[in-house]
Amino acid sequence: MLSLKNIHKSFGGHQVLRGIDLEVSKGEMICLIGASGSGKSTLLRAVNLLDPVDDGEIWFDGADIAEPGLDPQPVRQRIGLVFQSYNLFPHMSAAENVMLAPRRVKGLSRAAQRGRVEELFERFGLGHRIDHYPDQLSGGQQQRVAIIRALAMQPDILLFDEITSALDPELVAEVLDVLRQLRAEGMTMILATHEMGFARELADKVCFLDSGRILEEGTPAQMFDAPAEERTRQFLSQVL
Amino acid sequence: MTQAEDSPAMPGRRARYEAALRRRSMWVAGVSTTLVFLAIVLLVPLAPGWEAVKKSFFNWGVFAKTFPGLLDAFLLDIAIFAWCAPLIALLGLFIAICRDIQKPAFYPLRLFAAVYTDVFRGLPVILVIYLVGFGIPGLGLPRPWNSPYIWGSLALILVYSAYVAEVIRSGIGSIHKSQSAAGLSLGLSNADTMRYVVLPQALRNVLPANMNLVVALQKDVALLSFVGPVEIFRQAGVYKSLYANFTPYVGAAIIFLAITIPMTRFADHLMNKRRKQEQ
Repeated sequence: MLSLKNIHKSFGGHQVLRGIDLEVSKGEMICLIGASGSGKSTLLRAVNLLDPVDDGEIWFDGADIAEPGLDPQPVRQRIGLVFQSYNLFPHMSAAENVMLAPRRVKGLSRAAQRGRVEELFERFGLGHRIDHYPDQLSGGQQQRVAIIRALAMQPDILLFDEITSALDPELVAEVLDVLRQLRAEGMTMILATHEMGFARELADKVCFLDSGRILEEGTPAQMFDAPAEERTRQFLSQVL
Repeated sequence: MTQAEDSPAMPGRRARYEAALRRRSMWVAGVSTTLVFLAIVLLVPLAPGWEAVKKSFFNWGVFAKTFPGLLDAFLLDIAIFAWCAPLIALLGLFIAICRDIQKPAFYPLRLFAAVYTDVFRGLPVILVIYLVGFGIPGLGLPRPWNSPYIWGSLALILVYSAYVAEVIRSGIGSIHKSQSAAGLSLGLSNADTMRYVVLPQALRNVLPANMNLVVALQKDVALLSFVGPVEIFRQAGVYKSLYANFTPYVGAAIIFLAITIPMTRFADHLMNKRRKQEQ
């Protein structure tokens, strides 16, 4: 479904991604782990085409979306991204946040969307918060609204950029529950995460990024119980 | 025992100290204000020219006779203000957006907007009013297109929209990149991201700054008197010649302040509210 080949990206002379290869099949959940600055966020932003890559190919649905000059808009409609700091629109209610993109991009009126959006809020335990503004919501609630906002575009793939890192510890579980639900529904997902327990429990594949390369990848059991690389062992011993 | 200590009926040491401090500073402020006020009231009339100034600037008879006429003339100021302000808002917004368009086909617009803001912020308002207000009717346009109302107003619109454009642009710059990233990541176009995500927040942020421009505009309407319209400043001049007395100018000043002080206060209020929200 998604295939990255030899992705390179640098910011102002600093090489952040140095030849990433990654295969993602439909319905898979991939977890990217690694220290801060190892390139996890940059990789996700590259796939969403927010930060275009310098070199390499990203094959999605039979087309190379890393092609320079390609219109990123249709791709972004099908590959959603959820941010670490939620990035909700503070001047809109939760429902408006969710309905904006389908309204403008797919031409769905508020009335046409309302039922489905209410259902989404209900499903993720936010039915009573649908008309609240972001500053009236807790961090965990805001992040769940952000996930609903990305889901409302009915994307083929969802990318999650350390979405629990900005949350107070007691709010992490409610957001991870949403991910569990999506996993059960068969959503294709790539997560950059520090939640090792979660990755171990649910990921199909765990990739360890180290200074812009995927140093090691494998099933959670392989990666967490018997990592082959010294760097992976070091990293895991620091975070586990 | 401990409950009595916790109850709000018994202020703690800190609260007692602060209350004493407050009483003391109110007392000092009251006394010093009274002293300064008394000094002005007692000393100013001792100045050698006071009698003459009193007669020509604070003449009650002239004031009473001219004030209603000044109020009438001020309606024209308000009318000019009322049709200029919305046009300034629209043109300012347009110019601000032009300056941020990245597409190469729109480069002429961008260039135009940059030159526009540089030129009209770089000229004294009165100069623009003279050039536009006298220059364009001088082309020999037929009525009503030779009216100084139209061209004087246009001069104000040109100058003020340049300032408004810069204020709005700074507002656009104040919105964090993560907001447009969120809009784009959902598949919104650049234009929609600007219109629905960035602009509403930017305009709200710069509302206080624009309110200050609104107050300034209300005052600068008086400059149009130099190209013809008999608004309040011009009317005061007419009365001055008629009665050989400057009191009408004082009357005009009072009328302006009656409008501009509440507007300024309102702008400050918005500014404070904004600051509190940001904390």
